[in-house]
Amino acid sequence: MILRAGNLSLAFGAVRALDGVSLDLWPGEVLAVVGESGSGKSTLLRVLAGQMRPDAGRVLYADATGAEREIGALTEAELRRLWRSEWGFVQQNPRDGLRMGVSAGGNVGERLMAAGCRHYGTIREEAAEWMRRVELDPARMDDSPRTFSGGMQQRLQIARTLVTRPRLVFMDEPTGGLDVSVQAKLLDLIRGLVADLGLAVVLVTHDIAAARLLAHRIVVMRHGRVVEQGLTDRVLDDPRHEYTQLLVASVLAA
Amino acid sequence: MTDALPMRPATRDAAYNFAYLDEATKRALRRTILKAVAIPGHQIPFGAREMPLPYGWGTGGIQVTAAILGPRDVLKVIDQGADDTTNAVSIRRFFNRVAGVATTTDTRAATIIQTRHRIPETPLREGQVLVYQVPMPEPLFRLEPRLAETRRIHALADYGLMQVKLYEDIAAQGEVGSSYNHPVMVGGRYLMSPSPIPGFDNPKMHRMPALQLFGAGREKKIYAVPPWTEVRSLDFEDHPFRPVRAPHACSLCGSTGSYLDEIVTDDRGGRMFVCSDTDYCERRR
Amino acid sequence: MNDIALRVEGLAKGFTLHLQGGASFPVLRDEALEVRAGECVALAGPSGAGKSTLMRCLYGNYGSDDGRIRLRHRGALLDLAAADPRLVREVRRETLGYVSQFLRVIPRVSAREVVAEPLAERGTPRAEALARAEALLTRLNLPRRLHDLPPATFSGGEQQRLNLARGFAPGYPLLLLDEPTASLDAANREVVVALIAEAKQAGAAIIGIFHDIEVRDRVADRLHEVRPLPDAA
Repeated sequence: MILRAGNLSLAFGAVRALDGVSLDLWPGEVLAVVGESGSGKSTLLRVLAGQMRPDAGRVLYADATGAEREIGALTEAELRRLWRSEWGFVQQNPRDGLRMGVSAGGNVGERLMAAGCRHYGTIREEAAEWMRRVELDPARMDDSPRTFSGGMQQRLQIARTLVTRPRLVFMDEPTGGLDVSVQAKLLDLIRGLVADLGLAVVLVTHDIAAARLLAHRIVVMRHGRVVEQGLTDRVLDDPRHEYTQLLVASVLAA
Repeated sequence: MTDALPMRPATRDAAYNFAYLDEATKRALRRTILKAVAIPGHQIPFGAREMPLPYGWGTGGIQVTAAILGPRDVLKVIDQGADDTTNAVSIRRFFNRVAGVATTTDTRAATIIQTRHRIPETPLREGQVLVYQVPMPEPLFRLEPRLAETRRIHALADYGLMQVKLYEDIAAQGEVGSSYNHPVMVGGRYLMSPSPIPGFDNPKMHRMPALQLFGAGREKKIYAVPPWTEVRSLDFEDHPFRPVRAPHACSLCGSTGSYLDEIVTDDRGGRMFVCSDTDYCERRR
Repeated sequence: MNDIALRVEGLAKGFTLHLQGGASFPVLRDEALEVRAGECVALAGPSGAGKSTLMRCLYGNYGSDDGRIRLRHRGALLDLAAADPRLVREVRRETLGYVSQFLRVIPRVSAREVVAEPLAERGTPRAEALARAEALLTRLNLPRRLHDLPPATFSGGEQQRLNLARGFAPGYPLLLLDEPTASLDAANREVVVALIAEAKQAGAAIIGIFHDIEVRDRVADRLHEVRPLPDAA
């Protein structure tokens, strides 16, 4: 077990964004949280990642030493240390996850420097290696991400996130704003990297196809509740809940 | 630093309290300074007063000087290393009038040296105080526009971002780029702006026997480096910080080890290099 | 008995279609089946009787409503119908293989990698896994030039052979085959018959749906009848 959430509840006024949500995640496991907008899936991601406090319930994380930490009880310093070392984030909009005023290489190198690397040559080598891994031309290392396409920016964000080998990565609609052809390539790239690095991933998406390709397990959310969860192919091929059947049917119809 | 005694030298303008500021204000400033000394490199906010000089003329430095000045102190004021520029002369005159203290241009004779953009070439000794005028105390100012976030970065010593800036300088220019105001780590804990001194002066801050105080009037911050504190310029292992100076000898004193100003002597491309520290230069001639 | 590879007891499976006004219909009820190591059982019964549904339940692809699916995994019998997703994944990785009629294509992954993947997941060194994949694809007469291509553009027969290679490569102790020869020519049918025989020889238990009666009679040790429920909608 790497992450365990118990009975999370969070209300915004009368809206119950999370209503008794529990889930767990194991090392190397990819968990997709699916649902339409407003289902509470993005709120769940923020609560799991310690960016938002639940009204009730708690999130436990087993760190690299095996010690179990309660996310809500961590100091901000401890939480930030997690964010920049053992955890990673991939935002839907790469502009939120990148420093647009910093070169591609600087973006990839930032986490290395935050982790204490003070060797310029090593940082360059790692940045070049990671640009290659996400199929970006390392010759463009000193270019601004502003000169990159949306798909390239997203791959750069992934390189920047994975360069320090996090154990747990939170992804919020990572293929959201991209063209369909670009999405497929990116999904495939993520799939390969996640398998190679043995990452645990919480993936929030409304894209059922992305969930099927990447996730081992699926949690279906609606109105802040988990309405169905299980093995990815079981949930998608034999959906039980009315809402899941609707989600799956909408995809086939599309 | 000697305490303010009720003795009033004859030349002091009695219309003003000693050193211009009232005693309560000076006490508040001293408390801020003590706090700054206790947390080397950490910026302490203070209630900056209106001074009879515009912002950008050293109001922060003047308030720090006013707070620590005693009647037996000997004050030296330099601007870009020179004792005789308008800014230096006005501040020296100001304190001469409102505090009646002795002033000097001799670095060795001064007990307090207020400076804008330089550290004297003559090594400072224990018991002296160097007061810097600081336009922008926040070293992360250009990288992180949110003040609350910069405070958090300092609190957590989360300085990867500053290193990214240095990385970008090397990637773009082949070397650590800032020729002045090059950021330093103080006591291995706080990232600090050394004020716009040339990188050449940065090594002088390291384990300096004198107390270094920094005052930013407009930004209302005071910070300090106590004597003998470790001050390291940010760099990379394979691109170490190198203090640079113009590769010339001073045209007046022949010095090859001091920081030089370039002076254009005519409109036909004639130029000369002279020490920016006028006191040091005159003493060598 | 120790050589039981699979024992299904009282298995029930039905569907409730919420989008069709909540129509409910049962497909399997009180299904029982036992398969021993080294044995091949063919599912028989008319079309629509629920043979494919049973296969999918056995793989954990469909959830079961009732009953037990006990299979031998790591030396002991466990109930797949009650296993949590992590355990199902472990069983699929180590014990249980499934050759479906359809290939779910992963973009940009080559045929060889698709076949080697389940081997690699079991810890087989990459080079060895790729060599084994290569050998099986060659045996199934998939042209060499296709080995390095992603199978998205492959014909039905080519995709089926890829599926077969992927299913047979790891040597699962329990293998489910859903119409494994449907799109194959005579020569490749023979290869599949031989692969099944070899797997049985090696102690694998095999459950299959074979529309090709000739193939079925050659590989199956016995038939298991799946009868349509009288009240099926």
